[in-house]
Amino acid sequence: MAQNKLNKRRLGQLQSPAARKDVKGARRHKTGLRDRLASYRSHHRQVALDSLQRLLRRPAASLLTSLVIAIALALPTSLYIGLNNIEAVSSGWEGAARISLFLKPHVSASQAENLRRSIAARDGVQSTEYISPEAALAEFRASSGFGDVLDQLDSNPLPGLIVVTPREANISAAAVTELQEALAKLPEVELAKLDMAWLQRLNQITELGRRLTLALAGMLAVGVLLIIGNTIKLAIESRRSEILVVKLVGGTNAFVRRPFLYTGFWYGLSGGLAAWVLVQSGLLWLRAPIAELSVSYQSDFQLLGLGVLDSLLLWLFAGGLGLLGAWLVVGRELRAIEPQ
Amino acid sequence: MIQFDQVSKRYEGGHEALTDVSFHIPRGEMRFLTGHSGAGKSTLLKLIMVMERASTGQVIVGGRNLSKLAVRHIPEVRREVGVVFQNHQLLFDRSVYDNVALPLIIAGYGHRDVGRRVRAALDKVGLLDKERKNPVTLSGGEQQRVGIARAVVNKPALLLADEPTGNLDPQLSAEIMHLFEQFKQVGVTVLIASHDLALIARMPYRLLTLRNGRLVTAGGADNGPE
Repeated sequence: MAQNKLNKRRLGQLQSPAARKDVKGARRHKTGLRDRLASYRSHHRQVALDSLQRLLRRPAASLLTSLVIAIALALPTSLYIGLNNIEAVSSGWEGAARISLFLKPHVSASQAENLRRSIAARDGVQSTEYISPEAALAEFRASSGFGDVLDQLDSNPLPGLIVVTPREANISAAAVTELQEALAKLPEVELAKLDMAWLQRLNQITELGRRLTLALAGMLAVGVLLIIGNTIKLAIESRRSEILVVKLVGGTNAFVRRPFLYTGFWYGLSGGLAAWVLVQSGLLWLRAPIAELSVSYQSDFQLLGLGVLDSLLLWLFAGGLGLLGAWLVVGRELRAIEPQ
Repeated sequence: MIQFDQVSKRYEGGHEALTDVSFHIPRGEMRFLTGHSGAGKSTLLKLIMVMERASTGQVIVGGRNLSKLAVRHIPEVRREVGVVFQNHQLLFDRSVYDNVALPLIIAGYGHRDVGRRVRAALDKVGLLDKERKNPVTLSGGEQQRVGIARAVVNKPALLLADEPTGNLDPQLSAEIMHLFEQFKQVGVTVLIASHDLALIARMPYRLLTLRNGRLVTAGGADNGPE
């Protein structure tokens, strides 16, 4: 009897006075919007933390998944960096594009010198250099190893040459081509040769490389989606009983989905971070030999790495990929788990 | 609170679990649902929880017609109904406290509210000192009481129980039933499926008896306390 009284008192504590008066079902317990929002945010925080802890609790398995994602992301990232570097190098060369003016045979040294001065005074020309036929022959003799053959010639077959370097501000291909065409019309000039074809070819190859990288990145991104999707599928399977109970006590689909979306996000993000580490250590490894190489070419070329923005983009993209991978799987899998 | 109008449930494959069942349980009343196993008790409870839908007829719970309920509204119904399962359906990867808190977290209660309500519910079932324990370390009777705490923590207007005393000895069973009576006394509508006829006979509440999917008794005066 006393026990009964005690229980009744406890029950009184359990039921608020308002609840005792009004027995309208759960509607009487509606919480305020602000409370709900605060609770929603704190639930997100908690789920994010909880799903991260779940990954950390099984470090070996999580690391393996992250590494697979990292390798898939590091490959296109490295290619992207390589292309950026090729572009940086070739833009330096573009500045050094030069026009060779081969002079007609009858043009004398003094005429050539006058011509050189008039060209040097033009807009869009940075510097000019006159190479006389004799100087050209001497250089050819020294560098080609055909000295004996040259000795047998009656006269010097080489024409005079004026090398024109366009101004840096005018390095656009169109401007340089225009200058070349103008110079070609000069009466003393036999041939104005702009050796840019190989540069254009390099640009085309770089563009091809860019597209191949994009295609590869696309395929690998699909691969990452599948990896994450499959991992999430297993995670869902291992928490099946929890999902059933949550659904039984009124959990919405969004509530059930949330931890798995976070799990996908964490997998993607950790893969992105690991990819970043892989790429950066690769760059570090290459830095010394590339510096040596560029010194031997008298270049001050610096290897371009991943900038702050590029790094952030990589992490964001990786996290987004993880979220998407989880999203694609989770809806279908959770619909299949219904309390029976 | 619960109204069944000529409800039939036919499963795929042709088995008819419920045939033309009609009854009404007013707010704040307590009923026992009895019948041999396979008579349709579980199906009837599943219809109230929208785990199954009626083939014909109407199921109305708390003024809501469940036959016409959109799938996205199912969670709302389940939040308003507390359910005690025969096999507890507790999660063994978390503490007693976290098990009981689950419906509150789903419903979006604030942190402080959750703590207050969980402790009140655990106190009610006499397990306040076990809140940090993992339910797997508890006895069957204690696990069942954790399940009851979880069912009532959200203060539902309707409490369902499926064989809540299934594996318990007579004394524990009586204690559990006594708990349910107390919820009835504060205005909660209670429906308990049980085949423990000896226990039910000692309690002054009306029976709903199912036989082969048909309701054979829904009568007798409710002469329960108050």
